[in-house]
Amino acid sequence: MADTIAKPGGLSVMLRVSWPILLILALLAFAPTLSNALDNPFLVRLFTRAVIFAMAAVALNFVLGFGGLVSLMHGGLAGIGAYAVAIMAFHDYDGSKFLGVFPGTSDLAILIPVAMLAAGLGAALTGIVALRTSGAYFIMITLAFNQMLYYFFVALQQYGGDDGLQILSNLTLAGFDISRRATFYYVALVALCAELFFFSRVVASRFGTILQACAQNERRVTAIGIPPLRYKLAALAISGAAAGLAGALWASGQQFVSPSELSWDRSGDYIVMAVLGGTGRVWGPVLGAVVFVLLEAFLPAWTQFWQAPFGVVVILIVVFLRGGLIDLMGGSLARPTGGGR
Amino acid sequence: MTFSLFIEQLLNGVQLGVMLFLMAAGLTLVFGIMNLINLAHGSLYMAGAFFAATVFQISGSFLLAVPIAVALTALVGGVVERAVLRQFYARSHLDQVLVTFGLILVFNDAVRLIWGVVPVPLAPPEALAGSVHLFGGVDYPAFRLAILGVGALVALGLYFVVSHTRIGMWIRAGASNRPMASALGVDVELVFSLVFSAGAGLAGLAGLMAGPITAVQVGMGEPILILALVVTVIGGIGSIRGAFVAALMIGVGDTFGRVLLPPALGSMAIFMLMAAILAWRPKGLFPVHG
Repeated sequence: MADTIAKPGGLSVMLRVSWPILLILALLAFAPTLSNALDNPFLVRLFTRAVIFAMAAVALNFVLGFGGLVSLMHGGLAGIGAYAVAIMAFHDYDGSKFLGVFPGTSDLAILIPVAMLAAGLGAALTGIVALRTSGAYFIMITLAFNQMLYYFFVALQQYGGDDGLQILSNLTLAGFDISRRATFYYVALVALCAELFFFSRVVASRFGTILQACAQNERRVTAIGIPPLRYKLAALAISGAAAGLAGALWASGQQFVSPSELSWDRSGDYIVMAVLGGTGRVWGPVLGAVVFVLLEAFLPAWTQFWQAPFGVVVILIVVFLRGGLIDLMGGSLARPTGGGR
Repeated sequence: MTFSLFIEQLLNGVQLGVMLFLMAAGLTLVFGIMNLINLAHGSLYMAGAFFAATVFQISGSFLLAVPIAVALTALVGGVVERAVLRQFYARSHLDQVLVTFGLILVFNDAVRLIWGVVPVPLAPPEALAGSVHLFGGVDYPAFRLAILGVGALVALGLYFVVSHTRIGMWIRAGASNRPMASALGVDVELVFSLVFSAGAGLAGLAGLMAGPITAVQVGMGEPILILALVVTVIGGIGSIRGAFVAALMIGVGDTFGRVLLPPALGSMAIFMLMAAILAWRPKGLFPVHG
């Protein structure tokens, strides 16, 4: 983890440790071309899914891999972002007002900041309670909050309740049409790149160093006069906002959101992606998300019972591949911390 | 709300609380003693219901199904503990979350493979099929009343075992200070296996009793697992007494929350309750460690 502690600016260092992700992103950029060449529009949808899952998993990994906070509520936080988009678009289509005050809109240039703000706020509010505890309590409480969000959206009859909410208006980005699959895919890919750049800078900053120190030894951090809670709360809020961005794009790409997208197993999936790729790097979860989505798409083609082999894969990863897939690519990159203990 | 409706809802709440206690007892002991987060506990609940449904289909007797299903679930729990989970006691909570998450996927597919995706029928025993007249003109299903009774008996029995027997003393010793208990000659490994199997059996019991009320289907254990985790956290991880108090609190709170509050709030009521309690007592109502 030399690069995560080193001062920002060492361009050659950054290139040396981040060539795999540059390669992955470059390959991802060709997904629409490949899809065209094979005349298979399914591929673009598949990779859009991978890119958006990657964004959520990268957001989660900021607190998981660097803050030692095993959050099981990131599915719910992404869901807040998704519902923010769907609800505002619903009001735009309907001509009514949200809470009787705010007019709806279908412009992602407004919707995305709103979604990020809502999810960040949700993460901060739940974080105030959850961060009073640690370890196993934190995991279980975030899981409970995830379900709270799930049941909340199930109970919102006005916005579709159990059935979910369809986005009927045409979403735009600052006036530009993004309804073409390939266009939307590139929007998502650019957002992922921006997110990766943002988090790699944050991890390398003073804030990121303190966050990692909190994960390693909170008592020492306190002893040198830094209040850990503040930093962990800020990290959770930032991570939540990024998850909200992923959710916002998810809803936009699908033109639909349903509560099942924020059930707790989705949160578990994000953890699997993060660990599968490797929690020691900002970009590790991207690799995990791509592999996850490919497995999810192609395992069912061989067998109807694909979840069991997938579960076995997850167990084997935990047992044998402790540094994630990036361990296989770049030799021994140690995981920064043990996480929850 | 009329008096009879109030009594009916109160009984529903206590009955849910008793079920939650059966689930939470295993969770909280497994966590308290072995420091293991077991997200797959809901799968054992599901397994109990499916075993019972199969025995019921073959023999036609619910009473016979109960002991066999509980024993089989305890056996499955014991095998999983020995084969997989034993290696994870000393690992990080993140690893435990992942491995038990993987186990859920395996269990769900195993059940799909064996029993199919269609819910399996499981009827309550003939003698308990009707309803009972209670005071104040309340009619209440006999089977639900029986669940309440069985749950209360198990809770009492568990309380007796944990606080008044030698094995209970080992369990408490292991929960409050594992290395010391081990140093004083307690066979901690054996206690681990026993506790895990017993917890699995209790989850199986809860599942098979819920079967006739809800539906015996894949994933039936997951909603109740979340509630049981909430119970465990509120009660204080590792505390049987805490689990009992919190289970009744959550059971009654959830039932009344859904009846009295508007739906969006009612479904969130217990999580709000949890947040309030943890803001006040971060280690739960009856903390075991320190």
